[in-house]
Amino acid sequence: MTITHETEPTTTAPVIPAWRRVVGSRVSWMPVLAAVALLLIMFAAAQAYFGRFITPGVISSLFVDNAYLIVLAVGMTFVIITGGIDLSVGAVMAFTGVLAAFLLTNGVPTALVVTIMIPTGALFGLLIGILVQYFDVQPFIASLVGMFLARGLCYVLAPRAIKVSDVGVLGLQSTKIGGGGWYITATVIIALAVVIIGAWVLGYTRFGRTVYAVGGSEQSARLMGLAVARTKVLVYVVSGACAGIAGLLFTAYTAAGYSLNGIGTELDTIAAVVIGGTLLTGGSGYLVGSLAGVLVYGVIKTAISFLGVDQSWTRITIGILLLAFVVVQRLIVARANRR
Amino acid sequence: MRPFLKSVLKNRILWPIGALVALILINFISRPSFLSITVQNGQFYGSLIDILRNSAPLMLVSLGMCLVIGTRGIDLSVGAQMAISGAVALTIIADSPTPNSLGTVMIAILAGVALTLLFGLWNGFLVSVVGIQPIIATLVLMLAGRGIALLITNGFITTINSTPYQFIAGGYIFGFPFEFLVSLVAIVVVGLVVRRTALGVLTESVGINPAASRLAGVRSRGIVWSLYGLSGLLAGVAGILYSSNIMAADANAAGVNIELDAILAVVLGGTSLAGGKFTLAGTVVGVFTIQTLTSTITFLGVPPAVTPVFKAIVVIIVCLSQSRRVRAWLSNLRPPMRRLPSDVVTPIERTAA
Repeated sequence: MTITHETEPTTTAPVIPAWRRVVGSRVSWMPVLAAVALLLIMFAAAQAYFGRFITPGVISSLFVDNAYLIVLAVGMTFVIITGGIDLSVGAVMAFTGVLAAFLLTNGVPTALVVTIMIPTGALFGLLIGILVQYFDVQPFIASLVGMFLARGLCYVLAPRAIKVSDVGVLGLQSTKIGGGGWYITATVIIALAVVIIGAWVLGYTRFGRTVYAVGGSEQSARLMGLAVARTKVLVYVVSGACAGIAGLLFTAYTAAGYSLNGIGTELDTIAAVVIGGTLLTGGSGYLVGSLAGVLVYGVIKTAISFLGVDQSWTRITIGILLLAFVVVQRLIVARANRR
Repeated sequence: MRPFLKSVLKNRILWPIGALVALILINFISRPSFLSITVQNGQFYGSLIDILRNSAPLMLVSLGMCLVIGTRGIDLSVGAQMAISGAVALTIIADSPTPNSLGTVMIAILAGVALTLLFGLWNGFLVSVVGIQPIIATLVLMLAGRGIALLITNGFITTINSTPYQFIAGGYIFGFPFEFLVSLVAIVVVGLVVRRTALGVLTESVGINPAASRLAGVRSRGIVWSLYGLSGLLAGVAGILYSSNIMAADANAAGVNIELDAILAVVLGGTSLAGGKFTLAGTVVGVFTIQTLTSTITFLGVPPAVTPVFKAIVVIIVCLSQSRRVRAWLSNLRPPMRRLPSDVVTPIERTAA
């Protein structure tokens, strides 16, 4: 029998060292920090290899070229934190783009078109959310329905690419603000605004906290009296609305609405979000991480075009990175469960 | 209701068969020649035969997918694996001095299928040993796989001239298309192995409750691992069929979205994505339904790119018909009399799936 020297023998809680308490409370940030670290390492490595990688032009175009992906990743993060998945984002983005191009060529004013795009995306999200929540359809299948529907409707609306020549929409992309090699476009400002608003909603609003609660344990959230059903529908609406915004940015970027735009974008988005440290099991993740994940994707793409090798290496590299991050996440979750 | 009628109505395969019959009827009414099968040179021809033949790649992929879904998993990489096996086989044939010899073709096919078997086992390793979620474990290969296939073909669309290879998709045996016979053999072999041995039951037990089946002594790791391998193998064969059909290895187009069609076929057939009880017969019906739908749409003169809209509508209808909420509504519509205590509809449990 050992003699304890504790001053308060009534305390039953185990004594945790202070450093461990600090690390423990930050454990959900670990994957995000890993993503940011990866991004910095990749920048450093690319700079060391190419010599002229960290330049204002490259970094500016990194944001400009991936603005739509950033917006998609924001919506996807909401969905994945609840433990769901949204495969429809690429198709919905293409559909809102085609719809916009279609309306613009028929003389609908720009402001009206832009205000139609976002609710249209949200409508697809609403359909998926209702299927998931009220009809027990798995998120995978429900969002697949959304994807099929959006892709097919694209083609119904416009079989061929529609050129967009509207000054208001194209101005989002072509107006460059900045100096000394740095530049920023309205599309980037919109994308970053979406990230900031999304981060605020996730971190500081009742809805955002419920999103985490639902992902952590749906049953507990329900027993706590949180609006689980409403939240689970709303995350898909958020994702759909983000796809609508992304449709606007993508239309400004490509200057056309085309039914085959953005095929496979949903996979890039999911990969970026997972690399950014959001757990697919739900309950944990931050928009900062998703932003870092998209930038990692962008850096890989840029580095591969710098190397001048086949672009198919982009997907291979993303696949390998995704694997590495998922294995690391798996280890983190396994350790957390053991504790 | 009489017990027989009741058991028929409760059968999960009823809805998919109903959908298939309805589709065939629509076709028959709009074009009576749909059901006719003609014989030329001892070979069968007709729309139905075309459907049987064209459904072969999807059938192979869906069989593997059905088993994987039975273990609570999913395999998103099948389309990419089709691209890989086609790329390997056609590159070997194109590089060989004797593209018309049977030996070369056999080696090429074996190499392609062996590689996808390895990739399937790799997926299985990630899922069963490392413990990664199936969606993500197979997403890795889905993303990287097409890139690998492009590297194998050096970014080109490899085309070949090889009579034995052409036979795979174009040939006939006993009057039936060889491609259909391949899928028929796959159905029979998989069906026998799964349902005449304990493998099927063990798979279902792993899918229904992995922890409990492990405690009961089921070696779930080996089962899950090998089923992903099987899915890779079948996808490899499907890739061979596809590339033989167009006599080209197109890494970007081979098996695009086939994983979604396969999942759809499995779900249409009445297997729940939540894992557990699966039905191979339902999957077979699901595949035929999707293939008939595709050819119906083509026949009706609708551009193929609009096909997704119809698929979406079919999925919504089938998913809703399987949903407990809708079933509860429907049974509330019936007159409430003569309801036995055992018939009382259980309230919808709104627990986490």
